Amino acid sequence: MTSALIDSLRKGNRLALSRILSQVENGTEAGLAALEELFLETGTAHKIGITGPPGSGKSTLVNALTRELRRREPEKKVAIIAVDPSSPFTGGAILGDRVRMLDLQDDKQIFIRSMASRGALGGLAEQTEALSQVFDAAGYGFILIETVGAGQSEVDVVNLAHTTIVVDAPGMGDDIQSIKAGILEIADILVVNKADRPGADQSVSYLKNMVEMGYAKSINNSNHHLEDFPDNPVRATPSADWIPPVLKTVASEYQGITELTDAILKHAAHLRQSGQWHAKDQAAIRTNISHQLIAGLLENFHQNVPAELVDSLVEKAQKRVISPNAVVRDLLAYNRNNTVESSE
Amino acid sequence: MTEKKIRVLIAKPGLDGHDRGAKVVARALRDDGMEVIYTGLRQTPEMIAEAALQEDVDVVGLSILSGAHNALVPQVIANLQANGQTDVVVFLGGIIPEDDIQNLLDHGVYKVYGPGTDTREICKDIREAVKTKA
Repeated sequence: MTSALIDSLRKGNRLALSRILSQVENGTEAGLAALEELFLETGTAHKIGITGPPGSGKSTLVNALTRELRRREPEKKVAIIAVDPSSPFTGGAILGDRVRMLDLQDDKQIFIRSMASRGALGGLAEQTEALSQVFDAAGYGFILIETVGAGQSEVDVVNLAHTTIVVDAPGMGDDIQSIKAGILEIADILVVNKADRPGADQSVSYLKNMVEMGYAKSINNSNHHLEDFPDNPVRATPSADWIPPVLKTVASEYQGITELTDAILKHAAHLRQSGQWHAKDQAAIRTNISHQLIAGLLENFHQNVPAELVDSLVEKAQKRVISPNAVVRDLLAYNRNNTVESSE
Repeated sequence: MTEKKIRVLIAKPGLDGHDRGAKVVARALRDDGMEVIYTGLRQTPEMIAEAALQEDVDVVGLSILSGAHNALVPQVIANLQANGQTDVVVFLGGIIPEDDIQNLLDHGVYKVYGPGTDTREICKDIREAVKTKA
């Protein structure tokens, strides 16, 4: 049944594509099998991440940008994955990004899929990357990934996207906000949307300032500071050969969208010429594998080590007989040798 | 793996601009743990079926206050079927005269809800309908 669905997807059947997306999102056996097969056909799409605080106009920007991308490169299909948060209490969600994308409904070469975050905290859902792989295999040349409204540390999208756009709106904060670490650092392109509002020019100058400071540093100091974080998911370090432009848009009026599209296509060309396209792809695959390894190793550990042993050590730690660090050392030793070597 | 989430599309076909009822229902379904895709006002039957296809929903909820239900609802269902989504549960809310209800049910509507319906009843019906379809 799955292979029939996969064949239909390859023939361009959109219902088959939609059904496979659901299987993959729900992590079913059929979904995993489809993904294993389809991954081998991926690697051509340009993945574009769009992130920024709630209310900055991400969905409206995606709407305008998609129309422009279709106009510029009509031979490429566009997929949109729009992530909205799930309720932490009920697990339910209202996915409302389509309301801002009504201009895209008549074009059958555009496919919009809403996703609930289902408890994931990095701005995406657990399976967002997997869904993007399905779209890639289905021949979508551009894949736009809109994160949940993000604050300062929801930066997962950078592992997934070739080009990351950070959208801000005037009046979101002063210059100290813009020099904090986090979301602004991941931008390949910065956008001040709703630029017809007061304060837009000030926001642009804050952001430009921040970019200049950041890049002066990376030119002078090379990147040795990254070695402090060996597990840093952001492997592609800022490089002086691409300085993020700061652009103004009014997405609801289609203003500034031509310039934004130019910047996106220029960034893709830059990545390909500099070899970073390849490097980013490899980093994304490495992160993906490492996440799955962690999950797999943990499961393996729990099969290997009796729950009673874990419980008894937790008990000891709670009585302050040993420390949690010592518990972990003992548990890992047990996992290796299948015996308790008491550290006592 | 948690149980599969029920995905519901809430749409307003036609030209009336009153979406309070649709939003109340969307909120109630969310609070019942479902994933609700809200598409906004003034949708054609083709747009609604297209959104249902892209989102692979289990359920489509239509809200109509304009009186055009006899024309619009069969068109939505015909479009869903033309796209191959024959297993989607369709329910309807709004101002629907008693005399029209049987005809709508004959066209494949699962249930029709009038003003003052307890949203818990809607949630329960949807869960049951999705379970029997599966």
